[in-house]
Amino acid sequence: MSATGIGAAVRRKEDHRFITGQGRYTDDINRPGQTYAYFLRSPHAHATLNRIDAKAAATMPGVLGIYTGEDLAADKIGGLICGWMIHNKDGSPMRAGSHPALAQGKVRYVGDHVAVVVAETLAQARDAAEAISVDYGVLPAVVDTASAASSKTQVHAESADNTVFNWHLGDKAATEKAFKAAKHVTKLDLVNNRLVPNPMEPRAAVGDYDQGEGAFTLYTTSQNPHVARLVLSAFIGIAPENKLRVVAPDVGGGFGSKIFIYAEETVCVWAAKKVGRPVKWTSDRTEAFLSDAHGRDHVTHAELATDADGKMIGMRVKTTANLGAYLSTFSSSVPTYLYAPLLSGQYDIPAIYCEVDAVYTNTAPVDAYRGAGRPEATFVVERLVEIAARELGKDPAKFRMQNYIKKFPHQTPVIMMYDTGNYAASMKKALEIIDYKGLAKRKRDSARNGKLRGIGFSSYIEACGIAPSAAVGSLGAGVGLWESAEVRVNPVGTVEVLTGSHSHGQGHETTFAQLVSDRLGIPIENVSIIHGDTDKVQMGMGTYGSRSGAVGMSAIAKAVDKVIAKGKKVAAYVLEADEADIDFKDGNFHVKGTDKTLDFGSCALQAYIAHKFNGQDLEPGLKEGAFYDPTNFTFPAGVHICEVEIDPETGITRIERWAAVDDFGIVINPMIVEGQVHGGIAQGVGQALLEGARYNQDGQLVTASFMDYCMPRADDLPSFDVGMTVTPCPSNPLGIKGCGEAGAIASPPAVINAITDALGHEEVTMPATPQVVWRAAQKSIKRMAAE
Amino acid sequence: MATVSLTVNGKAVTANVDPRTLLVQLLRENLRLTGTHVGCDTSQCGACVVHLDGKAVKSCTTLALSVDGATVTTIEGLAVNGVLHPMQEAFREHHGLQCGYCTPGMIMAAVDMVSRRGHSLDEATIRDDLDGNICRCTGYHNIVKAIAAGAEAMGKAATPTRKAAE
Repeated sequence: MSATGIGAAVRRKEDHRFITGQGRYTDDINRPGQTYAYFLRSPHAHATLNRIDAKAAATMPGVLGIYTGEDLAADKIGGLICGWMIHNKDGSPMRAGSHPALAQGKVRYVGDHVAVVVAETLAQARDAAEAISVDYGVLPAVVDTASAASSKTQVHAESADNTVFNWHLGDKAATEKAFKAAKHVTKLDLVNNRLVPNPMEPRAAVGDYDQGEGAFTLYTTSQNPHVARLVLSAFIGIAPENKLRVVAPDVGGGFGSKIFIYAEETVCVWAAKKVGRPVKWTSDRTEAFLSDAHGRDHVTHAELATDADGKMIGMRVKTTANLGAYLSTFSSSVPTYLYAPLLSGQYDIPAIYCEVDAVYTNTAPVDAYRGAGRPEATFVVERLVEIAARELGKDPAKFRMQNYIKKFPHQTPVIMMYDTGNYAASMKKALEIIDYKGLAKRKRDSARNGKLRGIGFSSYIEACGIAPSAAVGSLGAGVGLWESAEVRVNPVGTVEVLTGSHSHGQGHETTFAQLVSDRLGIPIENVSIIHGDTDKVQMGMGTYGSRSGAVGMSAIAKAVDKVIAKGKKVAAYVLEADEADIDFKDGNFHVKGTDKTLDFGSCALQAYIAHKFNGQDLEPGLKEGAFYDPTNFTFPAGVHICEVEIDPETGITRIERWAAVDDFGIVINPMIVEGQVHGGIAQGVGQALLEGARYNQDGQLVTASFMDYCMPRADDLPSFDVGMTVTPCPSNPLGIKGCGEAGAIASPPAVINAITDALGHEEVTMPATPQVVWRAAQKSIKRMAAE
Repeated sequence: MATVSLTVNGKAVTANVDPRTLLVQLLRENLRLTGTHVGCDTSQCGACVVHLDGKAVKSCTTLALSVDGATVTTIEGLAVNGVLHPMQEAFREHHGLQCGYCTPGMIMAAVDMVSRRGHSLDEATIRDDLDGNICRCTGYHNIVKAIAAGAEAMGKAATPTRKAAE
């Protein structure tokens, strides 16, 4: 392994600009003549829009335009779309209401978009928005997930009982049969708490319109600028794709929330033409809480059937998923195909049946947040399994290992064909790291200090590398999920790699360059990674679902292979040899059995000079592109073990130790991969202990700032012990499985299993705040005293 | 409009601003120093931390007019003649950043932490002292390592601290 090749912890190429304040985020971009947009948002969760009077506001200083849903409709600007069709149990399509970028006739959640003011300054736009008079006809609000379907209030006329779809997966009859044959059934009711993704950079947009060219440019905080362009063009109707450029420059975190095509970005680019000047909008944090797509929000009943030997034989799950007031871009896929197919976990369970009801409520739209469906599935599986082990009197680690899938490939009863893995290896390594043998002593030591110590396991699996286009197409996706790459070799042998993946913290500029430098045998400094601009990169599907390594880099590898193949042809002419006799190794083309060589840079130069060959037989230049469509999902898996100590007097939970052992297949940059694990765990710990978006019964979001919504801080977390096992992924040329979401998927059940272990199996809800834990601890202490 | 004069990264600047202008707006919009970020508007996240007369402040809740005559250092002013500050180097070396958005505030807060608490910082001290800065990407693991290493490197580079001066 070279110092910068595959497997090396190369320090990041992109860091210099970030540590010196030279990053270029959307809000850092200022266009000549720029104006500012401010959105007037609904203060009511549910109301008819009877009248909007903006006459006085329009005359205020600096105001250039005030627009409402009627103006968008008049310009034939379409509504926002949901790009994944889900069918009901009876085969009928899901029932979705319309989603205008600016409300038409009705507002459906606090923060819904009533009007936009464009003014010379942001302060003037805000002042004018306050002067707009709106006559609302306030309606009762539907807020609660579990009872939304039985509410008398209807969010959308199209969706009777506020139900978007009743969907199911698996073999119901086989599962019923398994439960009839069961020796023991473990039952669990749980709530997967609603979260707000909160990347540190709030969403932002700068819309620009070039009157001479009749062309739009949108600078925006997107994880997938090409998908944004496709939707804004083909569905919303801003402009044809050749007249719409979308640029996603440095993006300050996404975690899913910047996948989606939102109202504000749509309105900014449209309004740039209306006012004839660039329009900037930057979300403040409360706007982000109100209008970024939220995550999770499930209510679930789950059961696990085991036989007399403790072998898992069946699972059934019934979930109600809250999708909020409108269907966001990929919302319908999250509680369905990103959820139920993961319910087999790492276990050999012959029969699984899952039903999901998705409901509309008067709350912010809910869509993918780091892990997207897979954390929800893992929470169901790993809580059920932990409780089953307790009920059966089995050691939780041994019970898991007894039921692990051991032969691959393995077809689960819920779609997925797991290709490879070694789950016991990860468990054994994690048990060593956490010093499982020493746990009893540590528990005694804690008890002596009046504390309660517990341990919690999580054996997670996820499906990522999303995904084979034909497979997702058959499941309802509106697009294929391949990735593109172009490798442009300059005449001096430096290389520009254009990728459809987008980096917003993942370090692609380094990892991707490592791959290319390794394959071409050139210094890593000679490789630049270009992404995030639809004028530079022709097409791409973007970054989400831990797909950039497995899919994005596979496309790059494919294009690099083509460059090498073309280079061999050039070298054959230059070295006056037969193409079949040319080898490429360590950055040199050479003629087998001779000392004739041509280094990569010289080959590139010869390709462009083109004196040595006939342009009819071989095209000049050295530039190749590739599209890569994966053959299967990838299946990263691992074991996380969390050890907590609880103070029963205060309910404060301290995480004392964390062992994470993950199998991500082949790892290009272990430093970056470990960083992804750390960050994912922190978000999962946030869900388990701290975070929860709360609406009151009127539909007011009462956790709409960092003062009310508890984000994990440095003193809430420990350092993590991260280990790895490796089974290379067989379904892509690089053997990569993906690492972006694992931590967030694995960690919530590990924490809750640890807390409930410490509390003598007393159940707690998420977030397990000190108050929640204190109440449970008091109950546990009373119960144990009575026993 | 009102006039405010201050020294930013060693240069004297004067700006004519709306009285409600915040220090972060002055830096980002008037001076185009966009390294200082806004992450929350409520003094919680620390993406906007700059040094005001040598001490860390949250520039998103500081009125520009209230700091007339002061000396401000932003992330852009931390490297001297192109040589990175030891804390900047430490963040890169220890992978203390991912998306980079919280990073300028983290680095400015970390330098201030060293000024107040010295060059030998243990994990508990760093985690406790960092409670005014939020990072959503890193889980803090590598930020803590970076700050410990950066603090030590600042000691070797003989950067004077306020603690030592006192």
